Amino acid sequence: MSEPSGSNSASALLPVVPFLKIPETGDPYLEGHKCQDCGAVFIGERDNCSSCASRDHLKPVRLSNDGELYVFSIVHRSFPGIEVPYVSAVVDLEGGGTVKGNLINVEPDPEKIKMGMPVEVVYQTAPRKDAEGNEYLTYYFQPRG
Amino acid sequence: MSDVYILGVDMIKFGRFPETSVPKLGATAALMALDDAGLNIKDMEALYCGNLGQAGAMVGQRVLAEIGQTGIPVVNCANACATGATAFREGWMAIKAGVYDVVLAVGVEQMGKGLLGGGGPKKGIPTEGLLGSGTMPCVFAEAGMEHSRKYGTSFEQFAKVSVKNHHHSTLNPKAMYQIETPLDTVMNAEMISYPNTKLMCSVNVDGSAAAVLISERKLKEIGSKRAVKVRASILTSDPYQERNLTMPDVNTCTQQAAAKAYEMAGVGPEDIDLVELHDCFATAEILHYGNLGLGKPEDAGRMIDEGETAHGGRIPVNVSGGLLSKGHPLGATGIANIYEVSTHLRGEAGKRQVEGATFGLTHVIGLGSACGIHILEKV
Ligand SMILES: [Zn+2]
Repeated sequence: MSEPSGSNSASALLPVVPFLKIPETGDPYLEGHKCQDCGAVFIGERDNCSSCASRDHLKPVRLSNDGELYVFSIVHRSFPGIEVPYVSAVVDLEGGGTVKGNLINVEPDPEKIKMGMPVEVVYQTAPRKDAEGNEYLTYYFQPRG
Repeated sequence: MSDVYILGVDMIKFGRFPETSVPKLGATAALMALDDAGLNIKDMEALYCGNLGQAGAMVGQRVLAEIGQTGIPVVNCANACATGATAFREGWMAIKAGVYDVVLAVGVEQMGKGLLGGGGPKKGIPTEGLLGSGTMPCVFAEAGMEHSRKYGTSFEQFAKVSVKNHHHSTLNPKAMYQIETPLDTVMNAEMISYPNTKLMCSVNVDGSAAAVLISERKLKEIGSKRAVKVRASILTSDPYQERNLTMPDVNTCTQQAAAKAYEMAGVGPEDIDLVELHDCFATAEILHYGNLGLGKPEDAGRMIDEGETAHGGRIPVNVSGGLLSKGHPLGATGIANIYEVSTHLRGEAGKRQVEGATFGLTHVIGLGSACGIHILEKV
């Protein structure tokens, strides 16, 4: 019933992965689950903690959009129909959670990409539709600041 | 508990055999290992069979259908690229436990060409190339970049692994390839996933390998001068690490397996004369120098620069040519590297013999993850 705020008409879009949350109001975000016993942060829903094995002590948390590039690879060969090159990045988010995604708005050149550099999560409509023609909201990383 | 020995072990020359079947490939290696042991399928008390591609299809029983359905128990194993090592280890455990005296372990795989990993979901849209890459060359590129980040390891140093292993394979008639690949050829080959070029990715091949394991009691009864002693057999899975749901961790499970293997064998890395480790990508080999205690992790780049892990070096690694050049038929790899080390310990490795080899170590990683390590001793 409410119109989405923010730059995306996100409510018309489906999330690319279940841990990308599109609230009825407000901005989309990535969701983690944090163990209340040991503090481990997991991407996606889970019941039990694989770090300390505690049960039913995981609470959903909103992950930060700010993070640091941990490692990357520049992918030059992928499956048919997938545009290359692109930068596959592993990012540690502030406050916990490690997420994989494409790093955009950088040259796909190892000299131009610095491990440890600050990056942020941005949300955009994915350039792919499913078989029924549904559109998806996806996330990317881009250099910050 | 009984000590366990390898009485017979062999592998086929790796290659592409699309016209044959998985059971036939497995049967070929099984018969070769039985011949090497001087025994018959009727002497075997159990079969442990490793295969990944047809994990639900009773490959072990179909191998027996090719060579003799004696009614023995068959265990089919799948454990990613640690599949062959897992099958071997199941046989080792059964003898160790005193259940059997002589068993057969077979590893076999028939592979397609092309990229592994990165399969899309059943619902929604494929995320490959949208949320990074799940292809194996990328996963291991990222693992290598972690080593670069920590220790400054360079693209050139990773590439040198491939130069070395391709060079080694020129002396191994059972390797898929016997070709030299100079450094500039490796570095200028098609970039697959930086820093892994095409020549830094293991070769998808078909292959099989098999071993006959025997108890000490039975070995004494039969008598053999070529038996190899299994001093350690270890399997680990990856313990929790903060990134390992996003970024598979092949390091911690290898470090833990190595520590347990050295303890079980009562030897240290300084006692090991040759190593066959899991060079599924050139980047991976560099990680495992430190993980297996062959040197300090920060020295891995220097070790490859100075030829310490080349044939004739301080600790030769992958003198078979490794997965990079010998080839990597997933389910067979773990027994093929046991064949390689055993052949050196027997003094039968011909031109590529590591002289005076007394102890050797084999290592495989199945992503997801499983690490299998065996330490073998010349008798
Ligand atoms: Zn916990």
